[in-house]
Amino acid sequence: MKAVAAGFCGFIFALGLMVSGMADPANVLGFLDVTGAWNPLLAFVMGGAVAVTLPGFWWLRHRQVTGLASDKAQHWPKRWPPDVALVMGAILFGIGWGLTGVCPGPALVLLGLDGWKAWLLVAGILLGWKGTQYLQTGRAR
Amino acid sequence: MTFAVLTAFGGGLLIGSAAVFLKAATGHILGVSGILGNAVSRSAGSWRWAFLAGVVGAAVVMRGMGVLLPASFSQLGWERLLVAGLLTGAGTRLANGCTSGHGVCGLGNLSGRSLIAVLVFMGTAGLVVFFQHSGSWFP
Repeated sequence: MKAVAAGFCGFIFALGLMVSGMADPANVLGFLDVTGAWNPLLAFVMGGAVAVTLPGFWWLRHRQVTGLASDKAQHWPKRWPPDVALVMGAILFGIGWGLTGVCPGPALVLLGLDGWKAWLLVAGILLGWKGTQYLQTGRAR
Repeated sequence: MTFAVLTAFGGGLLIGSAAVFLKAATGHILGVSGILGNAVSRSAGSWRWAFLAGVVGAAVVMRGMGVLLPASFSQLGWERLLVAGLLTGAGTRLANGCTSGHGVCGLGNLSGRSLIAVLVFMGTAGLVVFFQHSGSWFP
């Protein structure tokens, strides 16, 4: 049941990315190109998304909804304070994002649209993510 | 442009709805980098693979309906994609999220950490795009 719901969410999420134009790196790079021919679309996409998550998450938090799955209580990430890893990570991700205009969500969509190059990107993301996790947990021990 | 603004906002509504529904149904944040990274582990729940299959599956369906791979993606060199992928993977692991986790969900959750992450990665990405105007120094 939980997996079915998650699969449905992934489907709707990807449809949103494609309908909004965010699966096209040209739109993303156009938004990041503030000094060039600025393309504001990403701001409308983010605005539309947050217009739903803001009241939606507020409601879920206050109703203390525990979800359809009985094994998992709601997991809310900590909201404060920021730390060095957060800022360093955001800088690294920002460099990667600026080089291609593709973040992880659109990378998976491009995979489905038959880009063999998208496999390269997704493999790179996985390798970088797992490698960093390995370094982090190794140091923690 | 007005039509593009409407589809952008409408697409955003779909993305936000998916995030709220995933949270209500599974208790998890819709963060693609985390779902992807955690999917490849011994304790990965089947919901992660189902989510990823839903994302890729939607694109496969659209491809069947004639949606093409964007030309702006086909142009990117493989060296650039691999380097960008590694940086994106390492960065999103360190920062605990990408555009979906920190942007769509974090901002909606009024998270200060997410706001800082979004400002930093958007600012950095903007600088990278700006510096690339001074010549293509990367394939």
